[in-house]
Order: sequence, then C-alpha cells, then structure tokens
Amino acid sequence: MKTRREKIAGGVANFVDERTGAAKWVKKNLQKVFPDHWSFMLGEIALYSFIILLLSGTFLTFWFVPSQEELIYNGSYTPLNGVKMSAAYESTLHISFDVRGGLLMRQVHHWAALLFLAAMVAHLLRVFFTGAFRKPREINWILGVALLTLGIVEGFLGYSLPDDLLSGTGIRIAQAIIQALPVIGTYLAFFAFGGEFPGELFIPRIYTVHVLLIPGIILALITVHLMLVWYQKHTQYPGPGRTEKNVVGYPLLPVYMAKAGGFFFIVFGVTVLLGAFAQINPIWIFGPYTPTQISAGSQPDWYMGWLDGLVRMSPPLETHAFGYTISWNILLPGLILPGIIFTGMALYPFIEAWATGDKREHHLLDRPRNAPTRTAIGAMSLTFMVVALINGGNDLIATHFSLSINQIMWGTRISIILLPPLAYIITKRVCLSLQRYDRELVLHGRETGRLVMLPHGEYIEVHEPISPEKAYLLTQHEQRTPLEAPGADANGVAPRGGIKSKVRSRLSKALLGEQIAKPTAEDVKAIESGHH
Amino acid sequence: MSTELEPLADPGLPHHVHRKADTDPAAEKRAERQVSILFLLSAAGTLLFIYSFIWIPTDVFVFLPLLGNTNAHQLGIGTGLGLALFFIGAGAVHWAKTLMPDEEVIAQRHEMRSSDEDRASFVETVKEEAGKVQLGRRSLIKRSLGLALGLVGLSPLILLRDLGPLPEQSLLKTTWDKGIRVVTDPGNRPLRPEDLEVGAIAHVLPEIKDPEHRKLSDIAKDAAILIRVRPSELKLSEERMAWTHEGIIAFSKICSHMGCPVALYEQTTKHLLCPCHQSTFDVPTGAKVIFGPAARPLPQLAITVDDEGYLIAAAPFDEPVGPSFWERNI
Repeated sequence: MKTRREKIAGGVANFVDERTGAAKWVKKNLQKVFPDHWSFMLGEIALYSFIILLLSGTFLTFWFVPSQEELIYNGSYTPLNGVKMSAAYESTLHISFDVRGGLLMRQVHHWAALLFLAAMVAHLLRVFFTGAFRKPREINWILGVALLTLGIVEGFLGYSLPDDLLSGTGIRIAQAIIQALPVIGTYLAFFAFGGEFPGELFIPRIYTVHVLLIPGIILALITVHLMLVWYQKHTQYPGPGRTEKNVVGYPLLPVYMAKAGGFFFIVFGVTVLLGAFAQINPIWIFGPYTPTQISAGSQPDWYMGWLDGLVRMSPPLETHAFGYTISWNILLPGLILPGIIFTGMALYPFIEAWATGDKREHHLLDRPRNAPTRTAIGAMSLTFMVVALINGGNDLIATHFSLSINQIMWGTRISIILLPPLAYIITKRVCLSLQRYDRELVLHGRETGRLVMLPHGEYIEVHEPISPEKAYLLTQHEQRTPLEAPGADANGVAPRGGIKSKVRSRLSKALLGEQIAKPTAEDVKAIESGHH
Repeated sequence: MSTELEPLADPGLPHHVHRKADTDPAAEKRAERQVSILFLLSAAGTLLFIYSFIWIPTDVFVFLPLLGNTNAHQLGIGTGLGLALFFIGAGAVHWAKTLMPDEEVIAQRHEMRSSDEDRASFVETVKEEAGKVQLGRRSLIKRSLGLALGLVGLSPLILLRDLGPLPEQSLLKTTWDKGIRVVTDPGNRPLRPEDLEVGAIAHVLPEIKDPEHRKLSDIAKDAAILIRVRPSELKLSEERMAWTHEGIIAFSKICSHMGCPVALYEQTTKHLLCPCHQSTFDVPTGAKVIFGPAARPLPQLAITVDDEGYLIAAAPFDEPVGPSFWERNI
C-alpha cells in the first residue's frame, strides 16, 4: 500500500521518465561515489563563490547605470553633493545609500569575488602539489588555468564599473599596457576606448563584457570542468583499500548531496556575513574618477597585486630605434612575463609527462613529499608570486613601517631573483627529509620517548611499530627511474633528435633522480627478524 | 634506487568505527535535536532579516567594538541573511555527519580509453561515412568552401571598425599652445607668478572657452603642474632655462610611465612621486627619472608671462605627453 508521499513522488518520477528516460542514468548517478577530504572542498568554494557572484551581481544590475554621462550629484551622501560625476558612479552611490540591501549586496558581491579568486588559487595549488593534473586530467588543468585568467580579468572589470578614482586609475594603467603594444597598440587602445583615454564608451563596453560575455564563458568552462570531474571520477588520496582502480568514498545520495549542498549554504552564509560586517570598496571615500587626481597608496585588488608589483620593480627600459618606441618597462612585467608564467602553468602537465615518460592514467594523488622536484618547483613559483605581490604594496609597507621605499624596492628586486631558487632548494631538501623520516617510521617504528633499561645495563628508547595501514600509506607511492638518453650505438653513431632527448633525460633526472628509496617488504622482514 | 619493488601488502579499508548515534538511541535523538536547532536558528535569522528590513530605519547608526559606527539596518539584514544561510548549511552537514549512513562505499574505475573494438569501429565508421563525401576527390568544393568560410570570418572583424577612430595625431597634441593662459585646477583662475611662493606647487590646466565643461579626454592630456624653486637651484640647459620663469617650472602632470597623475610633491627634496609605481622625478634637473620604472622625464612646458602679468604657455609641448607608444618618436 503506497503512502501519499510515495504516490506523489512516483507521479513526478513517472512524468519525467516518460519524457526523458531519465530513470536509468539518474539512478546510476545518485549512487556515484565521491572521495571525502577537506582539500577537495577548495574547488567547491570557488564554484559556490561563482554562484553567489551571479546572484548578487544580478541584483546589482537592476540599479546600476553603465554610463559615463556627466551629472551633478544631489543625493543622500551629502559630502559629494554638487560634485560632478558619471552616471555609473552616481548609480553606485545610489545603490550604496538609497537601495535597501544595496550596500550589503555590493559588499557581498565584492567579497565573493575575492573569495572566488582565492579559492581558485588554493584549489590550483592543491591540484598541483598532489599531481592531480596528470593524465587523464590535463584538459581539466588547462580549463582551470583559463578559468583563473578569466576570473582575474572579470574581477578587474567588475571593480572598475563604479568609475571611482581608485579603479579609474587602474583602467588608465590597463590602457597604457594596451597602448604600449608594438605596431598595433595605439589602434587597439583607441578601438577599446572609442578614442582617447578615458573617452565615454569604456564603462558601457566593459559592462557588457563583465555581465554577459565573461560570465557566459566562465559558466560554459565550469560546466565542462565539472562534467570531466564527474565522468573521470574524482581523484583520491592514497591509503589502505585505495587503489588506482577504485574510488572509496560516499554516495551522492544522500551523504555527498547533503554535505556539498550544506557547504554551499555555509559558504554563502559566511560571504553574506563578511558583506555585513566587513566594509569593502567604499567608493564614496575615493570620489569619482578624473584623470588629474589620485590618492597615495593606490593598489589594485589582491589578485592583480602581483602584476602591479612586477611593474613597480621593473627597470626603466625603453628602446628608441628608427623613430619607434618599445616600452620594455611595461611589456616585460605587464604582458611578457605573465604570459610566460601562465603558459608554463598551462603546459606543465605535458612537460612533466614528457620528462618522466609516464603515459599512464593516475587516479591516486601524490603526497607532495614523494614528488620532491615538482613540489620544489611549486614552492619556487609561489615564492616568486608572493614577492611580486608584496612589492605591489611597497608604498604602504614603507609608510606603515617607516621604511625607505627605495630600499624596499631594491629588496624585492633582489628577492625575486634570489628567493625562488632558495625556496626550491629548501623545499626539495625538506621533501627528501620527510621521505627519510617515512622510511625510518616503516623500518623502525615510532619513537615513543620511553626509555627502558635492559637487564645488562643498556638504555634503549622503545619504538612502537606503526600500524599496517600507516605502513602501507607510507610505501604505496611509486618510484620511477629517470629516462636515459639513448647513447651512441655500437658503431658510435649518435641517435637522431639528440638535443631533444638530452633535454628530456636531464629534466627526467631532475624530476625523478633524487628519491629516498622506500622500504620494500623484504626490508621490513629483514629488520623484524634480526632486530634487537 | 630500486625499481621493481615489492610493496608492503594492502591491509584493506580500516575497520568501520560506528558513531554514537548509530548505536545509542539517546545519542540519535540528541543528534536529531541538534540538527533541528540549527535549522530553527536559520529560521530565526530570516526573521531577523525581515524585521530589520522593514522596521529598522536606514539612518540609524550603532557603535560596535572593532567595527565602530555601523549602519544598523545594513547590519541587521546582513546578519539575519548571513545566519539564515549559514545555519541551513550547518544543519545539513551536521545531519550528514551524525545521522546519515557513513559507511565508506567502494566503486570501480574503468580505464578512460575505449576498448579496441570500439576504437576500430569508430575509425571504420568515420572512414566510411566521411569517405562517402569524397572530399579528397572534390578539391574544387574543398577550396571554394575554405575561401567562403575564411572570408565570412573576416566580416565580424571588419564590422568592429567603428569601435573607435584612428589615433592619427591625437596622441601627439594637447590643448596647450603659445599664449594660452595657465588656470588653476580646480577653480579655473588664472595665475600670476606672485601667487606662487618658493616651494609651492600648483595643479593647472589650460584656459578654455567653456571651463565648466572640460572633456575628461582633454584633461587627461592637458593636466600640468607648476613648481616654484629658487632660480639658482635649477640645473637645466640654457634652452630649458628659457622655458622657466623666475624659478617657476612647468611639467606635464601625466606620468611618462603609465599615465597616472604625478601628484605628490616632496618640497624638501624637490622630488615628484607618482603614486602608482613610485617613479620619482627630480624637478631641478628637468623631472629626470631618479627612481622607479619610468623611462623618460616628464615633458616640460615652456612658460612665460603675458602683458597683464598672467602666466601663459610660451609654446606647446615639444613631445607627446603621457605613456609611450610605438609611433612616439615619429
């Protein structure tokens, strides 16, 4: 006898299934297994932040006026009464002071953007350091790099929409970068701005890009990104019971749905609380944009800070030849270096696969210590970006800590060259040390700190053997040998493609050469049998 | 370094540890109560939101430690909405963690690669069907199709032509010209040398017919600064000294690096600092770059006084102002 609830549910299911044949694939997907680890939630935070951006952003579009038409302010914020400003700025003031919930939504939107980018970076680091980008997930990695790039641009355009003094300065800098491009720069800049800077068309144009074009592309890329994760199944950390050929976790219905769905509300709630308690982007204090004014201590939002830092520390290089000018002081830090960094980042999975010769699928994640060179490369890149980011705030550091800005600049210029290789060396050493420690744990057990005197007078520290689960976790990883460059054959003829394979074998040795050999079953048995 | 390693045996999934609520009915009831309380807290949050939105006046400010004076309406609706959302999530997660089944499930992975039969049949199908098109034979179709698609792709690009005018001469010229008076920014008042004492800086614009309606695009090039130093402190060539007047020297305010206004003047060192990337210009030597990424000094504007004693430009800028560009030195 069916209950009323069962009857209704059955009716709905029947309606849908008769029209879509959904029963089979819905059932299959409701049982899908998702591994559970806190580090897998970083990508979720990025996803949920994006949804929050869409919702709060849509709210804002109902009042925002994307126009640079000039008017005189006469509204609730009396300090700006009588001041000339654009309609875009005025509508942002209106949202902040006259629309109930307007300031809350503006702040939620801005905080969500900061969280979106921070979560993407954290997620990227997790994926990198655990090697989750390896086959078959290289495409997803590239999609991720694309999403990060789009996110940075989208955020920049977003905070420039209110046309305030601080963000307008950022637009001026962006225009200078476009204009600096050789041959086509001035044309591109004039086309983008509809004429000279600042013109009257830029805000309406970036409005379309910010509200329609980029969100659309991001939405499409996120969809493919998630579909790939769904279809390829999520990676999992190594451990007892976990292999390359299985997924251990919880099913979508009910556990993962509840946890992931609940987490969405948690992220949303925290973001709204941030918007309620923490002021962000108080554009009424900055004033409307005019090209003759500027505030000291002007900074972009954090995710652009590294770009600004690179530009600030750039040497004053410009080439003048045959009546033409190339501004290396703009192009190098603003376009060329970031281009190299992001291209290298996008191609990294393929570089690593080529260097290691590893063509297999990987679904078990690496513990970072077991891939010392990759981890060291990651630490090196992160150090570079952090030094650049710190330099983006060098004027504020100078004023807050009463330091000389000249010294800070020279400090960061030297640091950005010295610190990354240092970080590489230190990280690699730490990883190898940790590998050694793991080996000691497996072979000799855990040091308990208990000292015992044996009958014949010797003092020993009692070592407690680790559990078989832990021992398995510490030795489950694979240790590959570096690729050898094929040497000359019997007749002394060097093989073709010499340079390429030489580079490959060098990279291979760098990536795989130094490892602490993990203990084998024989090693453990040897210890157990002849041990004191 | 060993390669063919005999790894330690996989002990399999660890033994499942049951939660309190799985075995103890009292604990189960407690967990249920906790989840419900969390959901009820969310409801309370929404009530706070509704109350605040409707009944807290928007001009009331409350003092809170750490936050200072805060708008009560905004705080009320923000806290209400934030807690309402948060506790739904907290309740759902707590429910999953304490009451929903937490036995780990194992599913099998399949190799991404299709089976050899599937691949072979794919290749065969494509070859067969594509073969029917006989593209290889029909080179005329192939070429004309390529031409058509290539050309039609050009059209959207050509459509974008009217996005903006061509730069032509606009980057090379400003409003400044011989005889144009210097006026204050803001205020649009003409200046005499006596209005500036030694050490002073004035932010100026060229005088125009309708000063109330300056175009921002003109301001972005015309903005200039006048700095007065003692004439003996200037270290310029004879030609450039002639561009100054009684120790008053004029420069473009638009940074030669990336166009920010170089608005910070340090009187004691006579340095101009651009706040964007900290390019520093030394006024006595003609705004030469002494620190930072700017590659060129600020363009100097030749100034003098007219018959009535007001400061005027003696000539337009002798070079383009603002950031560099490809054609700058033509």
